[in-house]
Amino acid sequence: MHVLFEPGLFSNATVRTALVLGALVSIVSGVVGIFTVLRGQSFAGHALTDVATAGGAGASLAAVSPLLGFIGGAVIGAGAMDAIGVQRVKNRDVATGVVLGAATGLAALFLYLITLQTTTTGSTQSILFGSVFTVASSTLPDALVLGALVLVGLGMIRRPLLMSSISPELAAARGVRLRLVGIIFMVMLAVAVGLSAIVIGSILSTALLIGPPASALRVSTRLSRAIVLACAFGVGATWLGIVFAYDSYYWFGAGHGLPVSFFVVADVFIEFVLVSFVAARRQRVLTSPAPVTSRQHVEWV
Amino acid sequence: MSNAWLSGTIIAFLAGSVGFFVVLRGSAFAAHAIPNGAFAGAAGANLVGVNPLVGLVVFALGAAFGISSLSRRTRSDVATALALVMMLALGAAFLATSNAYEPAVNALLFGEILGVSSSELLPVAILAVVCALGLSFLYRPLLLSSISSDLAVAQGINVQFIDAAFLVVVALSSALAVPVVGALLTFSLMIGPPAAARIVASVPHRALALSVVFSMLTLWAAVASSYWTNLPIGFFVGTISAGVYLSARGWSFVQSRRLLRALL
Amino acid sequence: MAGPDLLEVVDVDVALSGRMVLRDVNFRIDHGEFTGLIGSNGAGKTTLLRVLLGLQEVEHGRVLVHGEPLSRSNSSVGYVPQKVLFETDVPVRVRDFVALGIDGHRFGLARRSRHTYERVDEILESVEATPFANRRIGSLSGGEQQRVLIAHALVSKPELLLLDEPLANLDPGSAQEIIQLLDSVVTNQHVAILLSAHEMNPLLPVMDRVVYVANGRVASGTTDEVVQPEVLSALYGHHVDVLQVHGRVLVLAGDEGAGVSPVANHPAVVVD
Repeated sequence: MHVLFEPGLFSNATVRTALVLGALVSIVSGVVGIFTVLRGQSFAGHALTDVATAGGAGASLAAVSPLLGFIGGAVIGAGAMDAIGVQRVKNRDVATGVVLGAATGLAALFLYLITLQTTTTGSTQSILFGSVFTVASSTLPDALVLGALVLVGLGMIRRPLLMSSISPELAAARGVRLRLVGIIFMVMLAVAVGLSAIVIGSILSTALLIGPPASALRVSTRLSRAIVLACAFGVGATWLGIVFAYDSYYWFGAGHGLPVSFFVVADVFIEFVLVSFVAARRQRVLTSPAPVTSRQHVEWV
Repeated sequence: MSNAWLSGTIIAFLAGSVGFFVVLRGSAFAAHAIPNGAFAGAAGANLVGVNPLVGLVVFALGAAFGISSLSRRTRSDVATALALVMMLALGAAFLATSNAYEPAVNALLFGEILGVSSSELLPVAILAVVCALGLSFLYRPLLLSSISSDLAVAQGINVQFIDAAFLVVVALSSALAVPVVGALLTFSLMIGPPAAARIVASVPHRALALSVVFSMLTLWAAVASSYWTNLPIGFFVGTISAGVYLSARGWSFVQSRRLLRALL
Repeated sequence: MAGPDLLEVVDVDVALSGRMVLRDVNFRIDHGEFTGLIGSNGAGKTTLLRVLLGLQEVEHGRVLVHGEPLSRSNSSVGYVPQKVLFETDVPVRVRDFVALGIDGHRFGLARRSRHTYERVDEILESVEATPFANRRIGSLSGGEQQRVLIAHALVSKPELLLLDEPLANLDPGSAQEIIQLLDSVVTNQHVAILLSAHEMNPLLPVMDRVVYVANGRVASGTTDEVVQPEVLSALYGHHVDVLQVHGRVLVLAGDEGAGVSPVANHPAVVVD
């Protein structure tokens, strides 16, 4: 027990903030991520995290609120992707790739300019890889509000969103405005991603957006259950990661640990592999006569 | 500086050729993820004290095959996302452990014109020739299976072999490009210019040639700009690639408008 | 003594995911015959085609091509899939695509011979695709694409052409054109055709034989032999009526009279 919970873990204020923020981001990412995976927009989701990074770096340069930068950048990116054509399946790859490339290029520029400006080192790493340990606890109220906004927003469009994610033709036939729902979703995704990026850094953002939802969808086809599972997997991975990261300072000694992002991503990855094994064994036991489709078959809730 | 031009040209040649197929197959995401594998490899090699080229190649191949084996368990975009973040996280861990200097990290991520030293030029050139030969060998079956794997199978092509061989070429090309263009921007060279080329050219071998030309022009412009302004080369690669693509889209829009007006 | 048939299917059983989907399948196809593989959606037509292409294993029985067991992707058998989705930007013209039907499987870079180009032009002419031979494959209409897929399959001179529901997405006019085209291919190029469809009426004028799939079973023979109430009732396992109206065929289930029934997946009603 002592090995797992090294001295001072829970009394440490930074850790406590990290746990709360991490949980918040995991929950928001889990919910948004389920739809992202269902819609096959994992690439767009990842691209937006990098776009958010560019926004964050730019904001830092312009001495504007980083939160505004990350989220604003992501939203602009979402708009650009929609304009070039991410919603139509054709050209989707290229559109996403081009926006991602341009945004990453801008991030490169901003980060370089930042290093010219400041004398503090490691800004690149902190913006890109981020650390939930270094986020100020004053961010918490804003993060909570934004997170709540995303969840409420998604909740309001959840039926048309689900319909259009599973079967666009059927949804259109029932009068769902596909383009509108798509854009609203992209904006929610952008906000969620921006929030994630500022709290936990880009890589982690994508990991929590895709990993836990993918794991959840492997084991559950009921939407409500999948969402709960995705959040549970996400929070679990994040908390474990935080604990291990804290502990790793003691393992290696000399105040030198491994980054939180590494542990959380590893957790997410291992979760996924384990869940896949379990799901595969289950499938061998039940023979399903239904044909396999590339889109997941999710029940209405 | 001549190193920069030489290595850049080699890299752009490969990126343009490989990119032609990447865009055709809709594998932009994988093209983005594999160089991140190379990034982790370079960081790891630095930590262990091994030749960075080895790290780049080994981990790029690892990422490529990780993606393809994960893709068997789940949809390919999820597999790619997971492989991508795992590689970046590994890279971050290696960097943290080895206490790498920030400029070195930036160079790995965003590129460095002089990323390939004179001593490395020969192995890079050799590997590039291997990739080029590989692509020439695979050209026709790769083209057909990229257009329609059903038809390729019906014609007796072993599509799994072709897919695997292509992944190897992508991984090798990425590993070669990362030191100069940067892990995060290598894929740009494989997406923007080829996507632009295929808008303009409608015959396969012409579109491939044009891909290479556009990639080279993009990289040369990026190297020159980076040299003169001292700004990171990754910035120029990303933005110029996007610019090339948008110009091609714009050109095609104008063409279709003209055609419409001529018809009416 | 007659030589082995072009294609012979003997006592074949096929299972998918542990469930038997086709049982006791027997039929043969001879050179130059036009055969319709008729059945409603989900009856097993595509599965059967995949068996013939060597892509689907059989639980029992064998498939013989020229008397020899089927090897995967036989060069005597050409394949036309139902529809291929090409993006509009794909930089491949119709003639490039058809040329790949000749040498797409060969490794290495070799210049195409003049003979290849002539063969491509010849085939494009035979399917009336010459007007759009230089257009990108992503810019074609449904009917145009169908012709191009047929050309791609024909260019390597197969003896048997398998088509998976080529008429499904076409308007009646285009469907007629394709049927006429295929009929002329059979006649002029001596290629046997096996074409799957869920509606047999458009094919009645050109079909030599029918392979009728229903209820996991198959009945084969000439149209007159197969499309009979006794034969189809035995196949479906319940009473079926067959009406002939102005040369068209209508298949109806049971004595419940006209109306919706499981059999009436056959939208075979075209009454003049």
